[in-house]
Amino acid sequence: MDRRRFLMSGAALGCSAAASPFITPVAMAAAPWDTRLVVIILRGAMDGLDVIQPYGDGALAGLRPTLLTGEAGGATDLDGFYALNAHFAQLRPLWEAGEFGAVHAVSTPYRNRRSHFDGQDILEAGLSGTTRGRLRDGWLNRMLQVVPGLEPEVAFAIGREQMLVLSGDAPASRWSPDARLSISPNARALLNVVHHDDPLFRDASADAIEIAEQISLQATLAEETDAMMAENPMMENVQRNGEHVKIAEFAASRLRADTRIASFSINGWDTHSRQGNALRRSAERLSDTILTLRAGLGPVWDKTAVLCMTEFGRTARENGSKGTDHGTGGAMLYAGGALRGGQIIGDWPGLRDGDLYDGRDLLPTRDVRAHAAWVMRGLIGLDRSVLEQAIFPGLDLGSNPGLVL
Amino acid sequence: MPFDPTIAAIRFGMGLSPTIAPPASVDDMLTRLAGSDEIGAAIPIPTFSTARPSPEDFGIATRARNAARGTDAEAAAEDVRDALRADAREAAAKHIKANIARAVYTHDGFRERLALFWADHFTVRSTAAIRRHLVLPYVEEAIRPHVAGRFADMLVAVVGSPMMIFYLDQNRSMGPNSQSALRRDGGLNENLAREVMELHTLGVDGAYTQDDVRQFAELLTGVTANAERGGYFQENQAEPGSETVLGVTYGGDEASLDHVNAALHDIAMHPDTARHLAQKLAVHFIGPDPENALVAAMATRYLATDGALFAMYDVLLAHEAAWSPVAKKVKQPFEFIVSSMRALGIPRAEILAASEQQLRRWVLRPLGVMGQTWQNPVGPDGWPEDDENWITPQGMAGRITWSMQAPQEMLETLPDPRDFVYQALGPNPPEPVIFAASAAETVEDGIGIVLASAAFQRR
Repeated sequence: MDRRRFLMSGAALGCSAAASPFITPVAMAAAPWDTRLVVIILRGAMDGLDVIQPYGDGALAGLRPTLLTGEAGGATDLDGFYALNAHFAQLRPLWEAGEFGAVHAVSTPYRNRRSHFDGQDILEAGLSGTTRGRLRDGWLNRMLQVVPGLEPEVAFAIGREQMLVLSGDAPASRWSPDARLSISPNARALLNVVHHDDPLFRDASADAIEIAEQISLQATLAEETDAMMAENPMMENVQRNGEHVKIAEFAASRLRADTRIASFSINGWDTHSRQGNALRRSAERLSDTILTLRAGLGPVWDKTAVLCMTEFGRTARENGSKGTDHGTGGAMLYAGGALRGGQIIGDWPGLRDGDLYDGRDLLPTRDVRAHAAWVMRGLIGLDRSVLEQAIFPGLDLGSNPGLVL
Repeated sequence: MPFDPTIAAIRFGMGLSPTIAPPASVDDMLTRLAGSDEIGAAIPIPTFSTARPSPEDFGIATRARNAARGTDAEAAAEDVRDALRADAREAAAKHIKANIARAVYTHDGFRERLALFWADHFTVRSTAAIRRHLVLPYVEEAIRPHVAGRFADMLVAVVGSPMMIFYLDQNRSMGPNSQSALRRDGGLNENLAREVMELHTLGVDGAYTQDDVRQFAELLTGVTANAERGGYFQENQAEPGSETVLGVTYGGDEASLDHVNAALHDIAMHPDTARHLAQKLAVHFIGPDPENALVAAMATRYLATDGALFAMYDVLLAHEAAWSPVAKKVKQPFEFIVSSMRALGIPRAEILAASEQQLRRWVLRPLGVMGQTWQNPVGPDGWPEDDENWITPQGMAGRITWSMQAPQEMLETLPDPRDFVYQALGPNPPEPVIFAASAAETVEDGIGIVLASAAFQRR
């Protein structure tokens, strides 16, 4: 551990040790809280203005002459001011049920350079600056660091990507649907033979085989889920064979057990051209993912919060190729039975020339980290000082945006 | 403990090969390392300066596209950019394949291991998709020529490389009182200065202060890069006046790269740097707790030889711990995959001709599952050194699955597992592995169990 990090996590523990009810000298199999938090990183910069369209703002149509907005573009009205993009139609019933909503005109503190790499680093590190050398852990990992003694399976990073948001000194598990492990009983016995005298390899292999077996045992559960899904009209249009669905199914299976936090990515939001089509695939993946989580979690869905965060928004004006370029303010989508859906939260800054950030982008009116922090506060009961100092250093938590039920 | 050819190949090289003899002695290893880079010449990877498409190629295409915005020519200009992106993806695949083929066919495995070690020591990540194919060319230009030379030369080459300059924000750093900063909004960025001291030279426990970092950052101003010129010195970004770093004052007259390089040489020769590099090498090659006497001896030789890395390796390989039969380290995922391919004798031509899909299936995806997403470590400190970081349930699932599946896809005829156990592990494999190789139900499982065994995974 490097010196600065030691000091930082030392400080984090210092302030939580006094205030946290979670301090315990023994390792806990499960976390001392029962709610579930899923953080989905939408890589590529999702166009919040197209997904949750502020069609009640008279300036929108002029900024986007070919990107059809509002009901003319197949979007459905949400609250008279905002409309939901047609590609997200699958999530409409969740909105009605109060299980899906959004926060608009938000961003991380990242400004001006509009690089995916920097933007994602800042989003996942949860810091306010862009100095890459400092990015050695993510905010979800720092959240784990303030609750000592957690077992690695409390948090799962899922998928092939390196998830900075969960990387750091606190132990977390990683799994990818690629990491299928199907070996014959004979090969398994022989692996035991060759690893017998090497505890590191013996234990890791045994755990790997155990997780793989749990997953195959959960085939029964998956069959139940299948049956549930078949009866569930919302699941009709979900393509069950996509990798994103496998990731969501895996996440749901872990979250039904001891896992409390899961994080993974959905890519493909960088819609520089022909956005009307380009957005469809990612939108459907995200919708499938949320519906699969909902079906797979069963009753646990009521204790679950899903936050879908992106590195920045996109330009308010469409560009010359019917797409949009890298911008600043955007939207965070959220879902889950633990959150108050059916609402679009945020202070709308307007889209007229003088309203735009830098004359081109939606002006962020609040730091999106504050919303994530309030969700953790509501779900896990973390102290304000822990959130503002250890997890999101320098963040002003501000007033409660009312996300958590 | 005496020299052992099998240990030499596995611990200090890319593993055993059915067609290439392991090193015969320490002298043999060092003589090859001191000689010319034969495998590098036989299987070339372009240097940063010669690799195409270059950042400038892309810059020109982007400017043309911007100029054509809103005109009929925009679509064609965009196609040019798309074509360059495709060329860059193809180049990236080509470079990775060359890197693998070198590891699988070298007679000088220690050089490949050192190139990996120093590339990790000076980790860069591409900060733009269009530069992703340039990470190996950066290594080829700034790292590889110096792995057996002087550390200071490598340090100077790295700090002047556009890849490092972009990665650690040096192009955004201006002296607060420089002409550029006074003219437009700009200021100091300490990122590169701090990482050079903390990661690359003195080490986090080294004897430097925040003031040294700031002074060194001011001294580094002027070092910058852009797409057209690559790395260069921009005088009007340099902080005027002299700077004092670790008690030595540099500059005061005209700002110049010479002052920067003088400081880099001095920092390279600082005793804390010698100690940091010696410790890191010993940990990487031998094990987590190297003897203090070994580290001290390596550091002393380094300081006595004007910072010769070769001299440090000489001390390392002469120490008895280098030849201990207990393998205390685990191969990192890339080393594991290429040493498996080497043990299997995957034909060189097939490696170089692999399709992008095969490369993804056999190398890139498995690396991700094993926890080492290609050229994408989290931070500038590179990949973790601890075995526990790699041998996790997910990591092992990745290693076992690769061992059982990839060999049969890459080779038409797999070797007999009863022979392969010697081919992969040398003349004295552990009894349980000999037994398991003969007791497997299928040839594929037999090969897989040998490759997945702790005996093969350790070095």
